[in-house]
Amino acid sequence: MVKVALPELGEGITKATVSYWYFQPGEKVNEKDDLVEITTDKATFNLPSPCAGTLSEVFFREGDSVNIGESLAVIEEQV
Amino acid sequence: MRLFDLGIVDFNAAWQLQKNIFSQVRENDFSAAVILCRHHPVITLGRNTKKDNILAGEETLRQNSIALYKVERGGDATYHGIGQLTAYPILNLHYFKKDINWYLRKLEDIIISCLSDFGVRGEKRKDLTGVWVEGKKIASIGIAIKQWITFHGLSINISSGDLENFRFIRPCGMDIEMTSLESVLGRPVSIEDVKLNLILKFQEARREDGKSCSAGIRRRDN
Repeated sequence: MVKVALPELGEGITKATVSYWYFQPGEKVNEKDDLVEITTDKATFNLPSPCAGTLSEVFFREGDSVNIGESLAVIEEQV
Repeated sequence: MRLFDLGIVDFNAAWQLQKNIFSQVRENDFSAAVILCRHHPVITLGRNTKKDNILAGEETLRQNSIALYKVERGGDATYHGIGQLTAYPILNLHYFKKDINWYLRKLEDIIISCLSDFGVRGEKRKDLTGVWVEGKKIASIGIAIKQWITFHGLSINISSGDLENFRFIRPCGMDIEMTSLESVLGRPVSIEDVKLNLILKFQEARREDGKSCSAGIRRRDN
């Protein structure tokens, strides 16, 4: 089980908004697939999947605000 | 740093080229490229666009020969026309700095330095992105980042001819007045001259900020 957290995006950025999930819970993802798009005021940032597996849970919906470091999703790693 | 000087092109052609170059940067063929171009009239809608910020219907835009695209960059609605110089830097920030704010401020610095060479004092505004001159906005920025590789970019209003097309939107979702380099200087300005200056500014920034990372590039960077 791999938790996907919102990484540091830059100095002074404490939160961002989830703007698009590329996958739904239950779907298979490959390592480095775009998993979720995050938006700050003037930038979009695509967070890739850290591993291959199944997206088992997402904790935020599109439009939700997320703090840096918070968990966005869980991926059941493929073995 | 690879340069792609497209002249005047439809937005879509430059958009597709960005994606193509993005793939090459991702594969580590090179770490930095900049596309420079001017667009036929187009309004692009960033991810943060609110419906109220588009002030004209599709029919009105068609009658005025203005194309409309929804794009994956951040920010709200903006207008591009042939009186603007648009630059799309495609940079692998692993070789610069993995910091969205650093990159946005760097683009502003590059624009301000370029304007300065034409005798114009550009300014940043706290908590906003872009460059202003005498209280009016002269340059806009909206970017996208995937795997820490940037695309989309900036546009600087050079000539005043098509500034009126900003009336079809609330630029960047704000009630602001736009200006151009020509309006500020009160004389015609060669877009070619601004382009050459901007290229120098990008090359300077590449040398200053990307130098220590060049060893990480798998193939020789041009």
